[in-house]
Amino acid sequence: MDSTGEWDVLVLGGGNAALCAALTAREAGATVLVLESAPFDYRGGNSRHTRNMRTMHEGPLDVLTDAYPEEEYWQDLLKVTGGLTDETLARMTIRRTQRHVPWMKAHGVRFQAPLGGTLHLSRTNAFFLGGGKALMNAYYRAAAAMGVEIAYETEVVDLALAGRRIDSVTVDCKGERRVIRARAVVVAAGGFESNLEWLREAWGPPADNFIVRGTPYNMGKVLKLLLDQGARRVSDATQGHCVAIDARSPRYDGGIVTRVDAVSLGIVVNRDAQRFYDEGEDFWPKRYAIWGRLVAGQPGQIGYSIIDAKSMGKFMPPVFPPEKAHSVRELAGKLGLDAQALEKTIAEFNAAVRPGTFDHTILDDCRTEGLVPAKTHWARTIDTPPFYAYPLRPGITFTYLGVAVDERARMILQDDQPAANVWAAGEIMAGNILGKGYLAGIGMAIGTTFGRIAGEEAARHVRG
Amino acid sequence: MSAAEARRTLPELVEEAQRVLAICNACRYCEGYCAVFPTLQRRLSFTESDIHYLANLCHNCGSCLYACQYAPPHEFQLNFPRLLAQVRRESWRKYAWPGFLARAFDANGLVTSLATAASLAFMLLFAALLDGPARLFAAWSDAQGSFYAVIPHDAMVAVFGTVSAFVLVALVAGFARFWADTGEGRIGLAGAEPATGALDDALTLKYLDGGGDGCTYPDEKPSFARRRFHHLTFYGFMLCFAATSTATVYHYVLGLKAPYPFWSLPVLLGTVGGIGLLAGPAGLLWLKWRRDPMLADPDQKGMEAGFLALLFLTSLTGLALLAFRETRAMGMLLVAHLGVVLALFVTMPYGKFVHGLYRFAALVRFHIERRRPPPVTAPE
Ligand SMILES: Cc1cc2nc3c(=O)[nH]c(=O)nc-3n(C[C@H](O)[C@H](O)[C@H](O)COP(=O)(O)OP(=O)(O)OC[C@H]3O[C@@H](n4cnc5c(N)ncnc54)[C@H](O)[C@@H]3O)c2cc1C
Ligand code: HEM
Ligand code: SF4
Ligand code: SF4
Repeated sequence: MDSTGEWDVLVLGGGNAALCAALTAREAGATVLVLESAPFDYRGGNSRHTRNMRTMHEGPLDVLTDAYPEEEYWQDLLKVTGGLTDETLARMTIRRTQRHVPWMKAHGVRFQAPLGGTLHLSRTNAFFLGGGKALMNAYYRAAAAMGVEIAYETEVVDLALAGRRIDSVTVDCKGERRVIRARAVVVAAGGFESNLEWLREAWGPPADNFIVRGTPYNMGKVLKLLLDQGARRVSDATQGHCVAIDARSPRYDGGIVTRVDAVSLGIVVNRDAQRFYDEGEDFWPKRYAIWGRLVAGQPGQIGYSIIDAKSMGKFMPPVFPPEKAHSVRELAGKLGLDAQALEKTIAEFNAAVRPGTFDHTILDDCRTEGLVPAKTHWARTIDTPPFYAYPLRPGITFTYLGVAVDERARMILQDDQPAANVWAAGEIMAGNILGKGYLAGIGMAIGTTFGRIAGEEAARHVRG
Repeated sequence: MSAAEARRTLPELVEEAQRVLAICNACRYCEGYCAVFPTLQRRLSFTESDIHYLANLCHNCGSCLYACQYAPPHEFQLNFPRLLAQVRRESWRKYAWPGFLARAFDANGLVTSLATAASLAFMLLFAALLDGPARLFAAWSDAQGSFYAVIPHDAMVAVFGTVSAFVLVALVAGFARFWADTGEGRIGLAGAEPATGALDDALTLKYLDGGGDGCTYPDEKPSFARRRFHHLTFYGFMLCFAATSTATVYHYVLGLKAPYPFWSLPVLLGTVGGIGLLAGPAGLLWLKWRRDPMLADPDQKGMEAGFLALLFLTSLTGLALLAFRETRAMGMLLVAHLGVVLALFVTMPYGKFVHGLYRFAALVRFHIERRRPPPVTAPE
């Protein structure tokens, strides 16, 4: 890494948004240096864990079936965010996603054929062949081929936002401090989801029981420096994507496989063996995002998804084997729950289940009556041994607190005017569009859209 | 996962495969790279037989190693291509016939291959010398039936006929044992499509393409080099085989005696095939030299190199024989060529060669299975 000269465009971060910006800026003729705090093997941030990108399209494409028009995409977003979004930026992002698949292919990314996808989302989401790490590998290969410089194990630890500009940043490069100068800066260093202390500040002691689903490198240092030095803030520190995952997952980087898809088929109880929410409210892929918060709200931030033999084999098999027992009492023992309380909860649940025709592919008519909280679909008695349980904890995917941007990806300062040479892309600005809630595949849509714009604008700024 | 890691036993490998398959089944990002992922996604649990099947369906293209967010140094330590390569060797040992020769897989390295070729050549040399050195070192002309002047035709047929028959029986038996373990019925019962589909996949090496861009071999950058060199090897081998077969027809049906003129069918096929069988194995060796050690089972390097060396030497000695068959060197070259070919044959059922056999069987099963609807429920 050359830290003596001045770079045209300095990209902070090494995930999807960063690489989209770097590739675009380099193609426009700028010299580009990418600062990635992770080592080579863990490069690519949370992007290396992704599966797909939500993509607008007017008609069938080779990687997407049917059509997913702007209005439908917008309505979907409006619904999940409850209106906490910026319509101009959101619609611009949605429209731009139409252009991404060909651009991504041209940079080496490959996609799955439609209908191959296991989540049945291939009308709305383009699935990456090999997942996000394969995508990041392709971008890094393309970047190397066109002469983008990459510095691994190089963490941005300081910067000065002065006179609406950032002229240099300070990095810790494998233990050595250096100052790097640049004419334009793209910030794409993710959220603060890996920073347990900051999470604790925002969530209180429950954060100690959170599992970080993705990279351990998104410490939010760049975000904090920018917010402290006058960038305008969007969303707040308690907003983010938080799902219920297997409690036995690794503390970081467990990724996609730690999901537990059994919830809607059975019941979920807390540490006191009590149910606390309608497990059958909607299809699991649409609900798993609220369950993170639900479990976070329980004592000890733990839940147990319990099913019986009838449901085994009816959902995507989780990575960790379930606890298995031949009676509810035995199961309670294995989970460390009060056996009597669990037996009572299950007996009450079973008694409340009304007859119906079970069908997990639709919102069926199997529900409880007179039970609080109710289970409104797929309610079947839990009475056929063996019984199984999966422990659940909140798994944090990414945080929404970020810096404000405009349509040209320029970072906005507290006076509502843009900075002169700073652009932002990806998680670090996702809160502009996602004030709360989540729509599967929109993280990559936002990162790719703003990454490309940021790269283009930054290059134009220096090259004219 | 260091290169020096202790070799795991079959039960250990099965257990490790079950752990890894559970992760892949929950992830499924690699669906679309090859036939292995759709196949594992049909299952919720995996028996040892399933694991042999999946291992031999894998073409070791490497894509799922570089794509894997759980690859080392991640704590899940997931290296699917290496694991399946390790299982493959255990499959080959398990299904080998006769069973007691399975241990030959362990001994079958580069040195063994070369030593086998050399000792067989020395035996032939010794036999040829029984008649005195004069015949061996004479400069025979093609018109004199030079080859059989050195080694009598009947002797050649007896040795090669016996060895070929044994090799054929061993290979067929291995295939049958593998198939019996799959629990699928007789192959013919499923109609012709599975076999033709598998043949198509094998002849084009469909799954050595990493899902479209080429396999990530010898390193992370996708490339078709391995497939191309394999095609040269495979088709070169087949042409050499065809050359020998047509020569047999020439001998017995047409009554023509070797050596044949350069423009005759056996020699033309052998020459073109021989060039493929030089370039192919050389290219594969060159790639192997540079390959990322993570991609393979380090324990099998010797076996692979031994097989490649024998293929290369078969071709080299064959072409040399063609070039110098009217010189004094002919006798020695003939002895060397026959020694190498014999060594290739005898090691065939107990070395890398069987990869083609079991991969083909796995592909046939894949084509049978893909026509069935995926199971809705699964046994626990
Ligand atoms: C398990 C999982 C699955 C997901 N699946 C999907 C999906 O299928 N589809 C989807 O759209 N979204 C998905 N997401 C969300 C998605 O990952 C993010 O929205 C997206 O990757 C954000 O891209 P980014 O480039 O902004 O951040 P990242 O990819 O996280 O990149 C941030 C980069 O900044 C680097 N960095 C951080 N701090 C510093 C610093 N101080 N100095 C230098 N570098 C720094 C990091 O090392 C990293 O390389 C998923 C997330 C997770 C965790
Ligand atoms: C059904 C037919 C065949 C199939 C599907 C097949 C497939 C493959 C594949 C996928 C590989 C790469 C992975 C590995 O090393 O295991 C390979 C390697 C190899 N194949 Fe084949 N093969 C077939 C037949 C043959 C034949 C007939 C020959 C030659 C006699 C041959 C020679 C080789 C060699 C030499 C290698 C080793 C390359 C190395 O070690 O790098 N194959 N084969
Ligand atoms: S190899 Fe890794 S990325 Fe591929 S399916 Fe398995 S777990 Fe997923
Ligand atoms: S190495 Fe290639 S062929 Fe083997 S399982 Fe992985 S992707 Fe499939």
